[in-house]
Amino acid sequence: MAEYTLRVRRQKPEADDRGPAGPYWEDFEVELDPTLSVLDGLLQAKDRQDGSLGVRCSCRAAICGSCGVKINGQSTLACLTQIGEAQERANRLAEKTETAAEGAGNGNQPIVVEPMGNMPVIKDLVTDMESTHWKKIRRVTPWLIDDGNPPERERIVPPETMVDITQTIACIQCGACVSSCLSMEADPEFIGPAALAKAYRFVGDPRDVDTEARLHDLAQDPHGIYDCTHCFSCVDACPKGVAPMDQIMRLRRLAGHDHDIDDRNNGRRHETAFVKIIEKKGTLDESLLLQESYAQGIKGKLKPSKGAIKGLLGSLPTAIRGIRTGKMRSLPKLIPGIHPKLPGDAQDHVKRIYKHAEEHREELNLYISGVEDDPEPSDVVQLTEGGSEVAGASAETTNQNAEERRDS
Amino acid sequence: MRPAVPKHDVLVIGAGLAGQRAALAAAEKGVTVGIISKVHPVRSHSNAAQGGINAALNPGDTWESHAFDTVKGSDYLGDQDAIEIMCREAPNEILHLEHLGVPFHRNEEGKLGTRAFGGASQARTFYVADITGQAIMHVLYEQLMKYSDLIDRYEEYFTTALAIDDDGNCVGAVTRNVRDGSMELFEAKNVILATGGNGQIWKPTTNALICTGDGIAMAYRAGAPLMDMEMIQYHPTTLAGKGFLITEGARGEGAHLLNAKGERFMEKYAPNKMELASRDVVSRAEQTEINEGRGFPDGTVALDITVVPKKRIHEALREIVLVGRDFAGVDITREPIRIKPGNHYTMGGVKTDVNGATSIPGLYAAGECACVSVHGGNRLGANSLLDTLIFGRRAGAHAADRAKRIDWSRPSRAILADEEAKIAEIMKRERATGRRISEIKHELGTTMDKYVAVFRDEEGLTKALETVRRLKEEAKTAYIDDRGTVFNQDILGALELSFMLDSAECTCIAALHRTESRGAQYRTDYPERNDEEWLKHITLTLDGDEPKIGYAPVTITQWQPAERTY
Repeated sequence: MAEYTLRVRRQKPEADDRGPAGPYWEDFEVELDPTLSVLDGLLQAKDRQDGSLGVRCSCRAAICGSCGVKINGQSTLACLTQIGEAQERANRLAEKTETAAEGAGNGNQPIVVEPMGNMPVIKDLVTDMESTHWKKIRRVTPWLIDDGNPPERERIVPPETMVDITQTIACIQCGACVSSCLSMEADPEFIGPAALAKAYRFVGDPRDVDTEARLHDLAQDPHGIYDCTHCFSCVDACPKGVAPMDQIMRLRRLAGHDHDIDDRNNGRRHETAFVKIIEKKGTLDESLLLQESYAQGIKGKLKPSKGAIKGLLGSLPTAIRGIRTGKMRSLPKLIPGIHPKLPGDAQDHVKRIYKHAEEHREELNLYISGVEDDPEPSDVVQLTEGGSEVAGASAETTNQNAEERRDS
Repeated sequence: MRPAVPKHDVLVIGAGLAGQRAALAAAEKGVTVGIISKVHPVRSHSNAAQGGINAALNPGDTWESHAFDTVKGSDYLGDQDAIEIMCREAPNEILHLEHLGVPFHRNEEGKLGTRAFGGASQARTFYVADITGQAIMHVLYEQLMKYSDLIDRYEEYFTTALAIDDDGNCVGAVTRNVRDGSMELFEAKNVILATGGNGQIWKPTTNALICTGDGIAMAYRAGAPLMDMEMIQYHPTTLAGKGFLITEGARGEGAHLLNAKGERFMEKYAPNKMELASRDVVSRAEQTEINEGRGFPDGTVALDITVVPKKRIHEALREIVLVGRDFAGVDITREPIRIKPGNHYTMGGVKTDVNGATSIPGLYAAGECACVSVHGGNRLGANSLLDTLIFGRRAGAHAADRAKRIDWSRPSRAILADEEAKIAEIMKRERATGRRISEIKHELGTTMDKYVAVFRDEEGLTKALETVRRLKEEAKTAYIDDRGTVFNQDILGALELSFMLDSAECTCIAALHRTESRGAQYRTDYPERNDEEWLKHITLTLDGDEPKIGYAPVTITQWQPAERTY
């Protein structure tokens, strides 16, 4: 048993004699075993101190997906987070930022619990998932579209395809990925990690006959697959190893590469340009990115299309903002040709990673690859070591990597 | 646009597998359907069914074999006509689910593959890794979204009571919209209860916090008989303390049970089926080892999954890898995990016929809240998903047909006023006058787990019944903190507690009354099965303030009771 302070971001939904409606912080002192969960802590506070503390919960075992919250700023399930670990993290965070918050008389920092992000709050930790999460799920036509002529018995399909889509079926619709999604913060209309992972569940299902139309739909939507910025937040937040971003990348590869869908968002061309530049230079040469995205190769530059000119001009304000804020290199360094080369034989490493990715077009999915009895130091591991900057752009990042990241 | 008073030919209460399947079946018949759930449908507890779903679909397997295994598993208390229907219709239900998109495990040829499960003479359990319930439920919810023009969903609506008209027909239900606290009377030609089990009466339990037996209690209060309420399944492999479930699929994949001495003790209790004997047998064996001092000091035995190849574990038991890692700090691929028998399932419930109809016209029940009775004294693993789907579908279809035949009967709005008054009374209670809801719940749970568990006797059961009755009194003055309208979970907790106490009382009374040992009911003071006196169901019907005991015959078609060994 140990004592903890849960600092809960509460929201009073209606005014009453105790005060007006609105958000406020409240500390709850709880006492429980460190291996129990933050949810157990919240329920203890609710049971013993204030029954009006609002939190959705049911299974307590990370199956039902009810208790999505932010703990110390991280989107997760309250039932899946051990309170002892949450305490350590709270202390570490305070040390790092040197903003030791006041309160917490037990020598520890308070564990901060907030409602999920990117969603309106109904009451305390209860958010409105209907108007955000579920609306987006319905956006991706979330049911199997078959050929309308089911056989007498089951449909015969390659066994690994079922294992593959089981990874996204494992999604419990908790909303942790939506809560953590940085793209959605910038564009609330972004279809988002959960719904796109759900979309992959049908695209990857050989029994679904609408693959092409689904991919077109998701590629052409300005809030679709190319709206993801590759930040990995959803992969980190997902309690079930769904790795939504990986599924989005697989949708992109299927759309842009396999189905040759030239989207009007310039998403595919931008991605191709990005990948080529890294292959050639090892790091991103921003001076080339825009031109290559809109006007590929020498031919594209000599005879740019109307759309390319329009797109380039349209991107200029963004580029200027980028330079001003230091997000892009400053102007002199943007002159083509003086982009710094990688030191030593690093560039050869990058090329080897590319070669590996091209030769091993595996759908790297934990459900399929499993874990071998004697894990060998595989190429996959080298992939991550090769530099996270290229890993995302080059090809798939494995879920195995995602697991390792989470564990570490 | 919804009409001012929500009105549906078929109103389904509860949106787990049974409820969703019933709603879809009714909608297929072209009637208007509404489905109400106190949580969002995908939060329902069917999610937690890990291992799979049984059907005799493999070449060489027969529905008769499946039915016999089920009859034997039930310790001959299951009604054989109902079991026959379930097992005959199982293969088509699996194929239907496959066609809807459930990604069932495939064998190398790409056909449906199976795993072994307890109490079964053949490997006939179809599965999706170890998230079978979740996978099926999410696919059914996809269908609810697809047919949203035919099926109205009321998500996060808590049902407080059933509406019965003057002729004794069930014609609707009263609900509280959790989101804004408004109360509504839903009108319906038929109501299907699919509210799940009541595992929260026990502590610990594998059941979710929402499993409070609401439908069982509402039907009982409306006058429908309950049946087999003494038959409570303790699952052989749950985590000590937290009560989380470790799927029977683990043993299906070959895992061993070991006592503290490292002995594979099932050799003594079930030399043929070993770990895959039926659940009541395995749970009793474990509890015997623990009681006789061969368990670990924390009152557990060990489940050794390390004997299963690692790749197979990661493919087929992934959820269990996570449960071990996240909730027990154990890497199940490398070391045994400590487990014990824990409350899991209620075989009993609202008595229904094979179409889900209860004794009240217009009221149906399906899934764990119902008692058809296909599980009798002990449910086989992977038969519960099947039960929810087969009888959910049958109830939905039957209720739809009935809706076409009958005219509307309006419920009296008095019941809405009654329910509003009940809630207002709870809201008004003074703090100082009573105990906290959570305290009563805790005492109920620990009492039931102590006395109404794997081994029972008259003394313990009597104590449990006395405690439950005292708690029922105390609950009448228990107070709540939340006086608000928006998402007031406190008031729902008070209503759930009163539902729980009703079914707990029935369970204690039935367990006391059955003076024999059969299936999950093991009386140390009556250790033998007694077919002469007890080959019958116990029913409980509300009479005044207390349940009145009655009996129902067991239907036997082709399998005469025989000695049960594994």
